[in-house]
Amino acid sequence: MKRSHRLLLFAVGAAGMAFVYCAGALNMPPWGQYRGPYGDVIAQLAVYQRHATDTVNAVTYDYRGFDTLGEEFILFSAVTGVMLLLRPEPDRSEEKGGGGSGNPASFPDRATLSETVQVFTTAIFGFSVLFGIYMATHGQLTPGGGFQGGVILAAAPMLLYIAENTEAFQRIVSHPLVEFFEGVGAAGYALIGIAALAMGAAFLTNVIPLGKTGDVFSSGTIAAISACVGVEVAAGFTLIIFEYLREILSRSKADEE
Amino acid sequence: MIAILGVGLLALIAISALAIVRTENVTSQVIALSFYGLLLALMFFLFRAPDVALAQITVEAIALPLMVMLAITRMKDREATGRAEQEKR
Repeated sequence: MKRSHRLLLFAVGAAGMAFVYCAGALNMPPWGQYRGPYGDVIAQLAVYQRHATDTVNAVTYDYRGFDTLGEEFILFSAVTGVMLLLRPEPDRSEEKGGGGSGNPASFPDRATLSETVQVFTTAIFGFSVLFGIYMATHGQLTPGGGFQGGVILAAAPMLLYIAENTEAFQRIVSHPLVEFFEGVGAAGYALIGIAALAMGAAFLTNVIPLGKTGDVFSSGTIAAISACVGVEVAAGFTLIIFEYLREILSRSKADEE
Repeated sequence: MIAILGVGLLALIAISALAIVRTENVTSQVIALSFYGLLLALMFFLFRAPDVALAQITVEAIALPLMVMLAITRMKDREATGRAEQEKR
């Protein structure tokens, strides 16, 4: 294909794209205005029906809880896939453990940290754990919820790694309980749904007492599911991080010995 | 007033998206991507979607750069290991 042909093809494509884009943009609702009844209906009903002040989470964990269950298991199977792909190769690890023939090229670009960074990352660790727990347990009241809280919790150990407290980092992320909690979180969500079945209602019906609006222990299954998702996401992301770093960590450990 | 803020923010997002594409060093690119994610989160907040903004911050400013950095680290580490093994032979 000649250059002029290619340019022509691009011009046609760009013109078409510009036309469709402009036509779409002209029909958009005005700035900050919402069309369509569902959002307004939910915003009016959710607080009375579910005692949840954050209607977004009332939607994700209750009104369309089944979809979120599917999303949860997408994450679950993605984590399983990563673990399967990055599993340690047997011959490599043998070489590492048995040979002792030394260190295969020390880590290529290791940044030297200032003491300030080390001290502050360690200090922030506590805050981020607290913030993650807060986020996961207050999903029904304020913006946030299990997913966001879980990611914050999983990112907290990385602060230890950044602060070069590798030993503590490894103790946290390689703990066998992490895998256990990933399963518990994913299963908890499904079990809450099945509990409703056992009580004679439809799958994932909000069967737990709703409590007082505005309390942490309110909104029934929304809070419970949010907590389950938080546990699952935190454990899942921690597992992924560990799988990525496993080789590097085990090597640095072998070097120390 | 808020419309001006929004237009400015959208322009900033467009510029930073261009900056990500134009950045050549992968590490800097990840940092640029993370900054872009933060701007998107601000935009969601401006459009009154704080939940989405929080998810956006955690995913694109924490999780995604973390994953990409980990993958890069792992690749570099493997490269170094391979080179050392070749030298041994």
